Amino acid sequence: MTIQEAKFQYLLRLGDSSLIIGHRLSEWCGSGPILEEDIALINIALDFVGNATAILGYAATVEGNGRTEDDLAFLRGEREFRNLLITEQPNGDYAATITRQFLYDVYTYYLYEALKSSKDETIAALAEKSHKEITYHLRHTTEWMYRLGDGTAESHERMQNAMNDLWMFTGEMFDMDEVDAILIKEGIAPDLNTIKEKWEAHVKPVIAEATLQVPSYNFKQKGSREGKHSEHLGFLLAEMQSVHRSFPGAKW
Amino acid sequence: MTSSITTEQIFQLLSGIPDPEIPVINIIELGILRDVKWDGETCTVVITPTYSGCPAMKVIEDDIRIKLKEVGIEKVKVDLVYTPAWTTDWINDEAKEKLRAYGIAPPEHSSVDKGLLTGKVRHLKCPQCSSENVSMISQFGSTACKALYRCNDCREPFDYFKCI
Repeated sequence: MTIQEAKFQYLLRLGDSSLIIGHRLSEWCGSGPILEEDIALINIALDFVGNATAILGYAATVEGNGRTEDDLAFLRGEREFRNLLITEQPNGDYAATITRQFLYDVYTYYLYEALKSSKDETIAALAEKSHKEITYHLRHTTEWMYRLGDGTAESHERMQNAMNDLWMFTGEMFDMDEVDAILIKEGIAPDLNTIKEKWEAHVKPVIAEATLQVPSYNFKQKGSREGKHSEHLGFLLAEMQSVHRSFPGAKW
Repeated sequence: MTSSITTEQIFQLLSGIPDPEIPVINIIELGILRDVKWDGETCTVVITPTYSGCPAMKVIEDDIRIKLKEVGIEKVKVDLVYTPAWTTDWINDEAKEKLRAYGIAPPEHSSVDKGLLTGKVRHLKCPQCSSENVSMISQFGSTACKALYRCNDCREPFDYFKCI
């Protein structure tokens, strides 16, 4: 695998995760539990989709086959997507959305912090931009972790259920393969073991303070690195890509 | 022919473009317009987004093309750059005052503020009555760059331009 191929794969992982979680959040538009939260989630969705546009645009440039960010977003099938499994999990109730966002926000907070010193100038610039936004995302979800985890008996139970359901998807966030090895050597991507340490040191105290428990099971679901997704991604893509596929090449 | 227009004159011209969401300040005061240069007959304008997903960027790009076309500059290239990352530190005091007069509390602190993660209380002033007795309603307001606050004295809700 060449450095260029590794970089393209890596950018797909970053860009696809942003795109899919951004799309998931956008599903809350008009149906948030309160107006302020509706607005907050859509603002956050916009940050993710903006980030995805820039990263997939750069991925297309690196690939050099004349594709654009729109081609990558709208004309690839499920098995070609490289987003983390956690990002495609359904919104569920508000507890599930918040728990998913929290676990993922802490991950992106430390990952993008590290990417700010990437030797690839474009990745470093995009990371610096996004990291500022992620700081706000994380603050938002952290507050809701406490509020719902340490809230009523029902909100607590829903949060614990969400944590039990989603924890299995956190393992693959730190899986590394040949792509990572090549880019770590080039100083383009960070070693995810270091991100994992920071993630655990951040996530566990918040979970404890929210009066929740880290699930005791050890099973970790993986597959996104090879394009093996949960059943939810296909439905999401069918909706997200329907307009573009119905009207190929349409501009507005 | 067109290149007889200097970049300084173009800056002056583009200062007439307001931010689409906050029309009291222009794209230079907000720090969105980064550079203008001539490359032969082509005028290259460099802009940077406030937020990654800022939907105003397309409007701003169109406004720039229209403005330059008005003075006969047809070949325009608008480059979107991400570095250095936009920061509210670029908004000067004069522009901040315009924001305040418009009813938006301007960014108060440096963007490099570790207190952000912990939600440390800031000393914001209500843009209507200048009271510091305010409370945050939501971290996310009408646009990604603003948070929603309320004044506990005059009871007016207001937008706060978040430090970033």
